[in-house]
Amino acid sequence: MAQFQPLFSIENQNLFTEVQPVGPLHGGPALPRGDWRRSGKPFLWHLLGRIGNAQIGPIYLGGLGVASLLFGTLAFNIIGFNMLASVDWSPLQLIRQLFWLALEPPPPAFGLSIPPLAQGGWWLMVGFLLTTSIILWWVRTYKRARALGMGTHVAWAFAAAIWLYLVCGFFRPIMMGSWSEAVPFGIFPHLDWVSAISLRYGNLFYNPFHALSIVFLYGSVLLFAMHGATILAVSRFGGEREIEQIVDRGTASERAALFWRWTMGFNASMESIHRWAWWFAVLCPLVGGIGILLTGPVVDNWYLWSMKHGVVPSYPAVYPLSIDPALLGAKP
Amino acid sequence: MIRHTTVSASRILTLIGVTLAAALMAGCERPPVVAKQIGYRGTGMEQVSNPRLLEASASLHVAPTSLPPAEVAADSRKASEVYKNVKVLGDLSTAEFTRTMVAITAWVSPQEGCTYCHNPRNLADDSKYQKVVARRMIQMTQSLNADWKPHVGETGVTCYTCHGGNPLPVPVWAKPADRKYTANSVMGDLAGQNQPAQSVAYSSLPFDPFSPYLLEAKPIRVQGNEALKFTGAAANNKSTKQAEHTYGLMMHMSQSLGVNCTYCHNTRAFQSWEESTPQRTTAWHGIRMARDINSSYIEPLAATFPLNPIRHGPQGDPFKVNCGTCHKGVNKPLNGAKMAKDYPGLTASASVVIAALPVPAPEAPAAPATLAAEVKPK
Repeated sequence: MAQFQPLFSIENQNLFTEVQPVGPLHGGPALPRGDWRRSGKPFLWHLLGRIGNAQIGPIYLGGLGVASLLFGTLAFNIIGFNMLASVDWSPLQLIRQLFWLALEPPPPAFGLSIPPLAQGGWWLMVGFLLTTSIILWWVRTYKRARALGMGTHVAWAFAAAIWLYLVCGFFRPIMMGSWSEAVPFGIFPHLDWVSAISLRYGNLFYNPFHALSIVFLYGSVLLFAMHGATILAVSRFGGEREIEQIVDRGTASERAALFWRWTMGFNASMESIHRWAWWFAVLCPLVGGIGILLTGPVVDNWYLWSMKHGVVPSYPAVYPLSIDPALLGAKP
Repeated sequence: MIRHTTVSASRILTLIGVTLAAALMAGCERPPVVAKQIGYRGTGMEQVSNPRLLEASASLHVAPTSLPPAEVAADSRKASEVYKNVKVLGDLSTAEFTRTMVAITAWVSPQEGCTYCHNPRNLADDSKYQKVVARRMIQMTQSLNADWKPHVGETGVTCYTCHGGNPLPVPVWAKPADRKYTANSVMGDLAGQNQPAQSVAYSSLPFDPFSPYLLEAKPIRVQGNEALKFTGAAANNKSTKQAEHTYGLMMHMSQSLGVNCTYCHNTRAFQSWEESTPQRTTAWHGIRMARDINSSYIEPLAATFPLNPIRHGPQGDPFKVNCGTCHKGVNKPLNGAKMAKDYPGLTASASVVIAALPVPAPEAPAAPATLAAEVKPK
């Protein structure tokens, strides 16, 4: 039947969820001894059903989840109240200037010592609380996957992101001997930190690990688009039932494979495409973190490093040669 | 009824959508945008400008017509021989002296006239603070035109370059105010940054990029000249925080001159002089010139400036100059009009006067001068 629909009708492209299967609400299988109970009575939410599963809850919070939320909330509030204090306790200014505000790490003079609260002490405290919260949440994702008899792929992907977070805010500052090298908690301020570290260390774009990280970032986007598009395109043949197609390859899988083999000579398989996606996503922060860890502790100027190793071309000179006036003994 | 409800809901959604879009676009600049290539292809060396905005501010950059030359009078006596208490411009002929005074009045106090500086009953009287300041500013202008040619070139500067017809030039800067409640609070440390500040083009960079660089001589350079990290004497100990301060100063310069980073730098290697444009050398001298103006001329006048009219910032330091005071948004002040050559009193030709000037203090040694709060303990 499907083949006879007009090819370019928007319904035919399967871009939006059109059918919501609504079954009896399901509380999930029984939990093993020692686990907490799941919280919340499950209910249906039609709008969320349009982008995912319409059944909301129950959620398993557990001891780790509760502890993680506790630490996270504490960190969030300390950041928030410091921001509020920095605008003289004006709620209106907090909203107006929110994107500019931040909780800053201590100034360089403090090195790795514990600074006074007013000068980075709060930052250090938030760093501890937030990291604890994130790691507790990581253990939770690991244990929940185990409880369901799943692999721990999600936890390890999350760990890759935590690695980059720890490199920027913990490992690298320690190697540099100064908390001040860490990232401030704030929206524009953390972006300014990104620019500043690139400017200080001679342009991060010449850092090959940064380049590799961008490859995996953009690569992830490309793979995501290719895979999503492929599955949607063969969903009229049942392609979205990927697991079935992996076990018992059907016409959806055959067509999808053939499409890529015809267009580029090679195709990932129904299961290997997910390994591509997972590795690309995981390698993005993994190599990025290596690049940041080298920036400062090992390399001082990435542009000069790249020139030295012939990574980048030099361009013809188009301006008259400028000589550093400081070298010419110019008047101060 | 149901239909009616649906329509209002979609209207509300549309309204929210439009409001959000407007809020997101509020920071954007309306076209047209003109990009001009200024370097080798593929290097991104280009200057972006908006002719509509340039047109709107064009009147700021028009030099006034020079007064007709002074007549060669039969009386060959110098101004200092005719008038009392003439400490600067005394070498000029009486006619040229008067002509210069008329020009300065038009440049600085067109509304207030001669009496802005002078006691009308006794022009030689020094009782008005404006006259004391003006005398020092004339010495400064002479020094700028004679000693800062690497920045002002043969174009030179006059009082009008900064003042533009105002007794107080626009813009000026002073050290920023402390916060109202929380200056000594245990919470909410600003660390000198993280507020939407005009001084750094509304970024969250350190909002006073002037005190360390245009008043004191803190080191601006943060990038090193070695690929790898070195220790000992060759170590580059500049912190990422210092890079943020330098970045702030550069944002100010970019904004004040209406240019992009690429006007001076090849942005792939900011530190490289080989890849920089010749304008970077001019700007390098400009930073030092602004520092000289602030530290040698304006700060020493701190006690001379009155409390009313307001000539001091919230921390009590006098208003000082930055790049924008002369440039006012264009790379060449007054679009490069050569005004100074028409006023011999303000240029190097008045060499006798300049010789008597105090020598500007030399730049502080660079080595120990890191930002006070940013010295790393060894």
